Amino acid sequence: MAAALTSLRWRSALPAALAATAVALLTLAPVAAVLLRAGGWGQLGAGDWQALRFTLLQAVLSGALSVALAVPVARALARRRFPGRGVLVALMGAPFILPVIVAVLGLIAVFGQNGLVNAVLRGLGLPGMTIYGMHGVVMAHVFFNLPLAVRLLLQGWLSIPAERFRLAASLGLNPWATFRVLEAPMLLRIAPGAFAVIFVICLSSFAVALTLGGGPRATTVELAIYQAVRFDFDLGRAALLSVIQLGLALAAGLVALRLGAGTGFGAGLDRVQQRWDGQGALARICDGLWVALAAAFLLTPLLLVVLRGLPGLLLLGPSTWQAAGHSVSVALASTALCIAWALPLSTRGGELVGLAGIALSPLVLGTGLFLIVRPYANPLTLALPVTALVNALVSLPFALRILRPEAETIRADYARLSQALGLTPLAWLRLVLLPRLRRPLGFAAGLAAALSMGDLGVVVLFADPDRATLPLQVYGLMGSYRMEAAAGAALLLLVLSFGAFWLFDRGGRVNADAG
Amino acid sequence: MLTLADLRYGEGAFSLSANLALAPGRRVAIIGPSGAGKSTLLDLIAGFRLPERGRLSWRGEDITRAAPDRRPVAMLFQENNLFPHLTLARNLGLALRPDGRRLGASEAAAVEEALERVGLAGLGGRRPGALSGGQQSRAALARVLLQKRPVIALDEPFAALGPALKVEMLELVRTVAAELGALVLLVSHDPQDAQRFAEEVVLVAEGVAHPPVETATLFNDPPEALRRYLGS
Repeated sequence: MAAALTSLRWRSALPAALAATAVALLTLAPVAAVLLRAGGWGQLGAGDWQALRFTLLQAVLSGALSVALAVPVARALARRRFPGRGVLVALMGAPFILPVIVAVLGLIAVFGQNGLVNAVLRGLGLPGMTIYGMHGVVMAHVFFNLPLAVRLLLQGWLSIPAERFRLAASLGLNPWATFRVLEAPMLLRIAPGAFAVIFVICLSSFAVALTLGGGPRATTVELAIYQAVRFDFDLGRAALLSVIQLGLALAAGLVALRLGAGTGFGAGLDRVQQRWDGQGALARICDGLWVALAAAFLLTPLLLVVLRGLPGLLLLGPSTWQAAGHSVSVALASTALCIAWALPLSTRGGELVGLAGIALSPLVLGTGLFLIVRPYANPLTLALPVTALVNALVSLPFALRILRPEAETIRADYARLSQALGLTPLAWLRLVLLPRLRRPLGFAAGLAAALSMGDLGVVVLFADPDRATLPLQVYGLMGSYRMEAAAGAALLLLVLSFGAFWLFDRGGRVNADAG
Repeated sequence: MLTLADLRYGEGAFSLSANLALAPGRRVAIIGPSGAGKSTLLDLIAGFRLPERGRLSWRGEDITRAAPDRRPVAMLFQENNLFPHLTLARNLGLALRPDGRRLGASEAAAVEEALERVGLAGLGGRRPGALSGGQQSRAALARVLLQKRPVIALDEPFAALGPALKVEMLELVRTVAAELGALVLLVSHDPQDAQRFAEEVVLVAEGVAHPPVETATLFNDPPEALRRYLGS
């Protein structure tokens, strides 16, 4: 087929080249700006090195804890059948589109000063706990990444052929032997990749560190960048920190790619394995406890956000509604941009270009754009467009991961027919590609919209109170201790994020009855 | 004439060369062992592959490098001949309006007439998934009628149909081709198809597409390569 599809190639080459150039420019230009502006290493104080150490330490802890806790939970989910199992597995996908600030509020409601746990501790006459600091940051990261680890490991468990378990049962292997022969090798294969992915995610943690960390003992490099820009207005140091963050993310990203956990969006996890081992009462009770604990840990904070947010809804002021309006506009613009990029880039080469968005943290991109824009305009006035742009870049790799396989199938199946008919590029897009791509397109757009809606990253770097998005507004309300109003705004944010995802995803499914 | 002058195509260890001419309006079967290059030959003629060297021309006009839709060829593939999410009318309409815009009244009438000719009158609103395999083949043939190209290339489009249905489809192809006065190129691995349908046969074997021979002549006195293929 080498010389075969020349004319169709030619047709799709131009948009793809344009999209790739735009992505490359928008990622490389900020990096160049950061590199040019970065001062000498002497500028870094003790606090900055402390931030680097903390970033690595918390990422290691978050990754290790998430994977370690995921092992018994995934094992229980793989071999037990119980009502609500499907819902629970589906819910494990939800943290991906859950706004960080909403989860943080939920965790504060459980583990914070006036939270459930402290109430119990006080009742028992025990000393209370605080959620702020390293353990709070790690706990929030585990909250977000435990479900991811569970899904990855569950995939591993379900990939062990049922015949192997049957053979183990007929040989009469005891549970420990079964574990060593069948499950341990799988874990050794999957767990390092899962750890690496979570480690990379936590390396560029910003919003969690912003809300639960801070201070000399719990500042990440990302947070240090923000502080250098907003508090010290030391752009040289911010740029230097960005270079460090860039190096960290690239190095870790390459390692994660090599370890290669197949982070698909995990279809088919609703199967249950037929197992002959682990049918004893003790095993059943242990599995049940693990599932219950995980469910409680993941669901209680969300439940409290809803419960505490309901009365707070009445306290929503005009500034919150305005922020909500900003968030919706930013999310829509960012989704449109992301999809417009993703369509021409939904090829193997394009997916590589899109990966740039994962390697670059929003704060690094933001700092670079800040440096580029500043000589010409007040960056604060550009807060919302820049946020939409950066969010689109950050969502692009996910959109491509979803769209590419299907887009390539469509090309393989219908490119020849379209060529034979001489379809115009517009007709191909309108009549063939878009209609056949509807489902993954809706899913990808839903993810992009929800991610952008809940984003509390680059907007913090740029925004002033007049241009706040809803997550920033929640953060502001928390900062001024108006917790009721914050809870209300957080609930609104939760509804908007999940609602945006649901609407787009459903839009891709309704009437998509193509045979 | 459709002329293939010293045409050569290669891809790794595979190579195919052709030096032959086909007359307008004839029914030609292309037969040979699998992997010999029957479909490749069709792809070269339809423009989905480009030759390394040689010249392809139709009635004296060079079409060696022309895009598939700029060639005098309408093609039916092994599968994916219809877009499954579009109705039959929309599918057929694309033959008349490749820019996908709505059809004018006369064009819509032409689509309806083509459907009628293949025995699918009134089914223009259906999607391919709502039709049987035979009906889908008929719809694809209706589009060939609308394309009005002087060469019809068939790359085993009826392979998935039962024997009786296949005979019926070949009958329909014969009617359609006669109506258009078109040269038909039928790729098949079944010698019976060739004997039943084709006036001439092009044998593709051992890297060479041989010039056409009258079907009866060929099968009465098969050359060495054909004998090996038929196993007689």
